Amino acid sequence: MPDLLLELRSEEIPARMQRKAAGELKKRVTDGLVEAGLTYEAATEYWTPRRLALDVRGVTAHSKDVREERKGPRTDAPEKAVQGFLRGAGLSSVEEAEVRSDPKKGDFYVAVFEKKGRAAEEIVAEMMPAIIRDFPWPKSMRWGAASRNPGSLRWVRPLQSILCTFGPETEEPVVVDIEVDGIRSSNITRGHRFHAPDPITVRRFDDYVESLEAAKVVLDPERRKRMILDDAKNLAFANGLDLVEDEGLLEEVSGLVEWPVVLMGEFEEEYLEIPSEVVRLTIRANQKCFVTRPAIPHPEPVEGPQREAKLSNRFIITANIEAKDGGKEIAYGNGKVVRARLSDAHYFWKTDQADLPDLGDLTESAEKFRLDLKKPLDQRMARLDHLNVTFHAKLGTQGERVERIRRLARELAPIVGADPDLADRAAVLAKADLQTEVVGEFPELQGAMGREYAELQGEDPSVSRAIEEHYKPLGPSDVVPTDPVSVAVALADKLDMLVGFWAIDEKPTGSKDPYALRRAALGVIRILVENGIRLNLAEIVERSAVSMKFAENLRESVGTSRRAIAVATQIIDDAKRRYDQQRLSFAADLLEAAKKYPAADFDRQLNDAIQDAHSVGPDLLSFFHDRLKVYLRDQGARYDLIDAVLASGSGDPAWNDDLLLIVRRVEALSELLGTEDGQNLLAGTNRAVSIVAAEEKKGTHIAESVDPALLEEKAETQLFSAVNQAESEVGEVLGKQDFSAAMKALAALRAPIDSFFEEVLVNAENESVRANRLALLARIRQATGQVADFSRIAG
Amino acid sequence: MNADPLPHMHPARSFQGLILTLHSYWAQQGCVILQPYDMEVGAGTLHPATTLRALGPRSWNAAYVQPSRRPKDGRYGENPNRLQHYYQYQVILKPNPTNLQELYLGSLEAIGLDPLTHDIRFVEDDWENPTTGSWGLGWECWCDGMEVSQFTYFQQVCGIECAPVSGELTYGLERLAMYVQGVDNVYELNFNGLEGADKVTYGEVFLQAEREYSRFNFEHADTAILFRHFEDAEKECRALLEAGAPGQEGGLHKMVFPAYDQCIKASHVFNIMDARGVISVTERQSYILRVRDLAKACGEAFLLTEAGGASVEAQAA
Repeated sequence: MPDLLLELRSEEIPARMQRKAAGELKKRVTDGLVEAGLTYEAATEYWTPRRLALDVRGVTAHSKDVREERKGPRTDAPEKAVQGFLRGAGLSSVEEAEVRSDPKKGDFYVAVFEKKGRAAEEIVAEMMPAIIRDFPWPKSMRWGAASRNPGSLRWVRPLQSILCTFGPETEEPVVVDIEVDGIRSSNITRGHRFHAPDPITVRRFDDYVESLEAAKVVLDPERRKRMILDDAKNLAFANGLDLVEDEGLLEEVSGLVEWPVVLMGEFEEEYLEIPSEVVRLTIRANQKCFVTRPAIPHPEPVEGPQREAKLSNRFIITANIEAKDGGKEIAYGNGKVVRARLSDAHYFWKTDQADLPDLGDLTESAEKFRLDLKKPLDQRMARLDHLNVTFHAKLGTQGERVERIRRLARELAPIVGADPDLADRAAVLAKADLQTEVVGEFPELQGAMGREYAELQGEDPSVSRAIEEHYKPLGPSDVVPTDPVSVAVALADKLDMLVGFWAIDEKPTGSKDPYALRRAALGVIRILVENGIRLNLAEIVERSAVSMKFAENLRESVGTSRRAIAVATQIIDDAKRRYDQQRLSFAADLLEAAKKYPAADFDRQLNDAIQDAHSVGPDLLSFFHDRLKVYLRDQGARYDLIDAVLASGSGDPAWNDDLLLIVRRVEALSELLGTEDGQNLLAGTNRAVSIVAAEEKKGTHIAESVDPALLEEKAETQLFSAVNQAESEVGEVLGKQDFSAAMKALAALRAPIDSFFEEVLVNAENESVRANRLALLARIRQATGQVADFSRIAG
Repeated sequence: MNADPLPHMHPARSFQGLILTLHSYWAQQGCVILQPYDMEVGAGTLHPATTLRALGPRSWNAAYVQPSRRPKDGRYGENPNRLQHYYQYQVILKPNPTNLQELYLGSLEAIGLDPLTHDIRFVEDDWENPTTGSWGLGWECWCDGMEVSQFTYFQQVCGIECAPVSGELTYGLERLAMYVQGVDNVYELNFNGLEGADKVTYGEVFLQAEREYSRFNFEHADTAILFRHFEDAEKECRALLEAGAPGQEGGLHKMVFPAYDQCIKASHVFNIMDARGVISVTERQSYILRVRDLAKACGEAFLLTEAGGASVEAQAA
């Protein structure tokens, strides 16, 4: 069967787009073939910086003839109906239709359409222009003389040629004739830009790959990656070094070369004084080179995450040519640039440890955060506050955000077992590195640089660590912080984000989550669950939401008022009434913040804020529940059990606001259902629930409560006392969060429920006895409902 | 220029030799060789020979050196790589010829960069100039890991779709010269290619000026005057555009170049104010938008001139 070879050669395609583009090309071409009624055996895409290629094997040479029929009206139908049918079928007269007979219907018209099968090359030639024109590049451009005209071809960079051949192995393949905007297909390609720029005539994929290889182009990207990686490792090894592997960089570099040649460059050892990550990123971001570290002959396993693996002063370049001088100039030139970049990085690193020039302006901010302006990182925090750097237009400045995180971290500290002063200090310094030069250059080093500088200025180790770890976990597989100070600040940071964006109604929708709020919620969940921390989110969320809303209201209404202080005092009084003693300090904080704004009606605004905040809490909690479901499901928990647990209780979201307890209940429930008692209890409960539900629906009378005097049968009486006992036991152990005891107490219901259903007829003749029995069944639902809504559990 | 220049004119030996080699190369490709624009600009792109001529249907091929002022980049002459005044070599080819990459590579060979010895690469880098509302797609061109040029296919200039598209090449001359001369400090560049007592370095020509302008840009420029200059330039630009506007439908605009000068002036004044640190983050955006509005108005007016193709279209109609 014939094979199809396609190559779209263009000026250098951005490395980050190549893989996806080649995949798209394959998809569109093969979809097109199939849609046109062709089949193929296999299709493989390839790419280099200057070409996308597609190898489709075993394509059917022709599409099949297709016959379609459309039934029309009877031959004796009114003229109007016949004309309508002819128009619809595109026929000019009845002579063009066939007449068929049917024993029931009689004679009727049939329009027959025959589509002749077509040659595959014709189909390809016809579909290619549209595929090329509508190619989904993230960004595309026009070029050259053709761009004088509207609607000229757009491509990622100028498209230079189209190669397209088709034919079976045994024959000379034909060139599929395609033309797009003056670019006419051929069987000609070109090799490496510098080594082999001359035309190469191609027949089929096999000779195409070979000719390219001879013209110093490695077509297969995976092979280029392997070559680079192997050669880099070997070169490092030969120099007593280990390559620091970097998959992302490898992918990018493989998209920048057609003929990879690995070389080694060098810089002065003094630059190794800069933190390794800064060196690595400097060399990676600007030069797209790999770094190395001295080889360790027998590497010993290191406990914990590896920080500060010392680098060597040699790095690995991937060139695109076999240079005449063996690469001396290339290594020399790259070294020169790396040196200049490292010299900048070194300067940033030193500048960050020196005094800021505008210390005089920073005293007010320093006082606010109790900063020591003799310390460099403290200065940066003071400046972050002083400059009023915006965090989000509706959520105020970074300084305000740090104030909120700080308050929350202090509040959370006792709950997570952290020293409140250390948590406070860590929160205050957590964002300071945003003002450092190194983070300005490499935003991805936020946190890590803060830690470096904190260590250099002698902060408590917990504080330094928390500055880095408060951003964690960054995703489902990232490490969760365990140090209590880190935990306090990490929770405060994430909760502040979530509450803030909820308060201003910027929630994630569908695939849009620009502030990574799903990740933040997952972070909170993982920190709480994996550290076994109990936290009542509802209260914290509500309080944060109030202060956030209040601040937002104030920000919107910065008017003028002399009564500021008087009104503020009123607010304290109000707050006293509205909040209990524990919450009073929070009100005082709010007031402190309020004083900054010369607004007249704090009072009303606080009231409004409290009103608005009420809607934030339940909504955010249900978002947490959704994320928790996803998390637990990923952990292998049963979806229905999570739903059953979440649906339990009074319906008050605060009932389920302790995420750790939800997890424990799911675990206990899952354990119970693993036993025979559990399974029977589930069956019995569900039977009870469905009977009650059916009767409720019919409007049958169900007693308000069980009247012991109406209990006639022994099994009834036994069940009644068992339910009473289970309910009170469950209530008691739930208070102690002993879920397995609660499950055990429920399991005790199994036998009485079973015998009830065996021995008692619910539908008694006597109406009040029946009503009483139904009430008893409703009690089963109530008792089990304390733990989970059993009706949501799938058998 | 003949193929074998005098030793002191060799681009690898002399800064001016590099410039003359590029002139000679692009002249051979048919470009008009222009002289620098006689106003302060932040980049060679702002020269009306690029910003305005990139608009409209007429073909246009030009090359020139443009002194570029970046007040914020001044380092009092103490940084070996950073200057508040430096040279860009600018080439614009409209519409871009299909072999523009090859032409560019030819220019590198002309200055002594052999592509089989040096690793030359086109690395994605899209260009955008928010103050003129212009953007394009292209690359930064690397030579042995160093960015030596910017290569752009203009898609939009002054907020106007380019038809046809121009190819723009911008060479950072100092950096390129440092590379071919093998010098680490810009002030040590050999300017005239001579040796001993006759040698003139880049530092001898520019170091004092770098120090003085750094003082001016960062410390002494009178910000009140600058604010006034900005307002004045903005006002004048608008007034000229209005005064030159065609009297009737299909008429030509009569005063685009003078108006555009005022737009450039506003842009440069803004850059000094920025260096003086008197523009807050929020104001910054609004100043940029004010300059962009001027640039757009100039671009639109240019399309109503002969150079902008108005008469070409009138004839065709």
